[in-house]
Amino acid sequence: MRIIVCIKQVPDIAEMEKMETDPKTGTIIREGMPAIVNPFDEYALEEAVSWKEKQGGEVVAISMGPPQAEDALVKCLSMGADRAILLSDRDFAGSDTIATTYTLARAIKEIGDFDLVFCGQQAIDGDTAQVGPMLAENLHIPQITYVNRIEIEGKHVVATREVEDGYEVIRCRMPVLLTVVKGINVPRVPTYSSLSEAMDKEIPVWTAEDLDVEINRLGLPGSPTAVTRFWYPVPRTGGQVLTGEPPELAERVAEVLLNILQG
Amino acid sequence: MGISIIVEKCTGCKKCETACPFGQIEVIDKRAVIKEGCTLCGACHEACEVEAIELERPILQGASDLDKYRGVFVFAEQHEGALRACTLELLGEGRRLADKLGQEVAAVLLGDKMENLCSLLAAHGADKVYLASNSNLRFYQTESYAAVLTAVISQHKPSVFLFGATTTGRDLAPRVAARVRTGLTADCTSLDIEEGTGLLLQTRPAWGGNIMATIKTANHRPQMATVRPKVMKKPKPDPDRKGKVIHIPVKVNPKGMKTKLLEVIKSREQTVNLEEAEVVVSGGRGLQSAENFKVVEELAQVLAAAVGASRPVVDSGWKSHPYQVGQTGKTVQPKIYIACGISGAVQHRVGMESSDTIVAINKDPDAPIMQIADYAVVGDLFQVVPELIKEIKSRTKKSESPKD
Repeated sequence: MRIIVCIKQVPDIAEMEKMETDPKTGTIIREGMPAIVNPFDEYALEEAVSWKEKQGGEVVAISMGPPQAEDALVKCLSMGADRAILLSDRDFAGSDTIATTYTLARAIKEIGDFDLVFCGQQAIDGDTAQVGPMLAENLHIPQITYVNRIEIEGKHVVATREVEDGYEVIRCRMPVLLTVVKGINVPRVPTYSSLSEAMDKEIPVWTAEDLDVEINRLGLPGSPTAVTRFWYPVPRTGGQVLTGEPPELAERVAEVLLNILQG
Repeated sequence: MGISIIVEKCTGCKKCETACPFGQIEVIDKRAVIKEGCTLCGACHEACEVEAIELERPILQGASDLDKYRGVFVFAEQHEGALRACTLELLGEGRRLADKLGQEVAAVLLGDKMENLCSLLAAHGADKVYLASNSNLRFYQTESYAAVLTAVISQHKPSVFLFGATTTGRDLAPRVAARVRTGLTADCTSLDIEEGTGLLLQTRPAWGGNIMATIKTANHRPQMATVRPKVMKKPKPDPDRKGKVIHIPVKVNPKGMKTKLLEVIKSREQTVNLEEAEVVVSGGRGLQSAENFKVVEELAQVLAAAVGASRPVVDSGWKSHPYQVGQTGKTVQPKIYIACGISGAVQHRVGMESSDTIVAINKDPDAPIMQIADYAVVGDLFQVVPELIKEIKSRTKKSESPKD
């Protein structure tokens, strides 16, 4: 079987507070900000690799981004992807989720037949969770989102998805696109030798010219949405510090809680 | 624009006929034929395995095309026959936006025997309710719901279409947006209408709330957005308000769908939905063991709150992943967030920082959570929380008895 995994390189938000802001503009200085594989995508990749190990076939990791996103794909190779493809072109810049998924779908078409497409439930920078469903629509295949368990039965997938008050179990004939949540597995940690092997592998870079695309559907011109303004919200600051003996603290907190709830 | 059959490719397999929820495609003499009532929902296009159906969406050119799209539509999400709280919040917000535009609000309701909900939708602000009623629409499924909503968009041309940012809304809205090829903004926390242009201003947090962005969909329609639950205010219902119910005739054939819903399993543990809860009580590493988590659950119970957990708690297996609040878990925005024994790493804070009031109970006054808490309670949670439970129990008893 062939499994495609879509991954994104994202800034490591945990490191953000250590970042400096430009004193003139108040914007965050992004240079030097550590970049990581989107954490949810690691679960997607792990799931793909573990199914390939059981069923045979290949795992292809694909990412759209600037040239340095290659680092994220190297990590995917070190975690067991058989090959990786980077979609990188100035024409892709400024893509919203509609343009991104159009481009990804055309690239996947170029790869050829596939059985499964895995995505993380969302990326931790944009937090949209839109790429999975939009990509499935562009590929004309069904989607199952927020998946925390998968069984493969012949040509079918049985997936359990997390919903607000429980789970849904959905059966679907492959090909299908699945977006996965954190609880689905524990991603493997690359070893020194898997990492050095990955670094030796060639990662082809595909541009718009390598794809069968309508140029006006790419990048900024192909994006229906546009950011018109952005700003940094004032960070939340603390309020009252309560100290004292536990019964006294409990009394004061209860007062506060019930005032809010009953007021 | 429109839909057409490529006769040379059509094999007469009838997959399209089974998939059409409107009965508007039929195989005659081994060739698919599209009837006049086609809604352009796209179900046949999805079902066709030989690419014999061509479906072109209109490309909007300039103001004259854009102006044909009018009204604020709200996806009325029902679950087991009851409306999700966020649907009413969206109607209130939709009403406010529509009044600014001088346009109508329509709710779009899909389900089985949902007629009784229509008056509720009208009372909360809907001028119209588009109702698709069918036994096969009882449970949400991407394929059938996406087809019906695409049909509604193609036929009724809304200017704005709002969804709750629930698991359903976040599964459905992007599927539909990609099908009609329009812009979608996820998880908005504020909406407005731009003076002069009448465009929808969609504001949302990104980078875990470190950046706020306002996004516009200038040249595509509808302008679609999912909206974070609990952010918009639920309007007061007006029982005298009446809405017009418009039935959408659908006949969904489960055989025409590629996915099959086998089972719906209710979680026995969590009784309150984390993302819609007024109060969330979360526990962290400070609890020291799975066993000790009971105290958090008990506090949640007396406050009718949902239970949450920090990442270390989930990674240690004390609680399962659906309880996790934070970057790789859920984002919550309750009235009150109570953090017990949570240090407040940035990965946790991005999931709860927008809560109205934060109460943190922690031994360490220097823990990061204490720096953002409205009430930073310095104390041992194993002493403070049981006292707090006792205190709340006794106070709520006192205040309840005279009223009854």
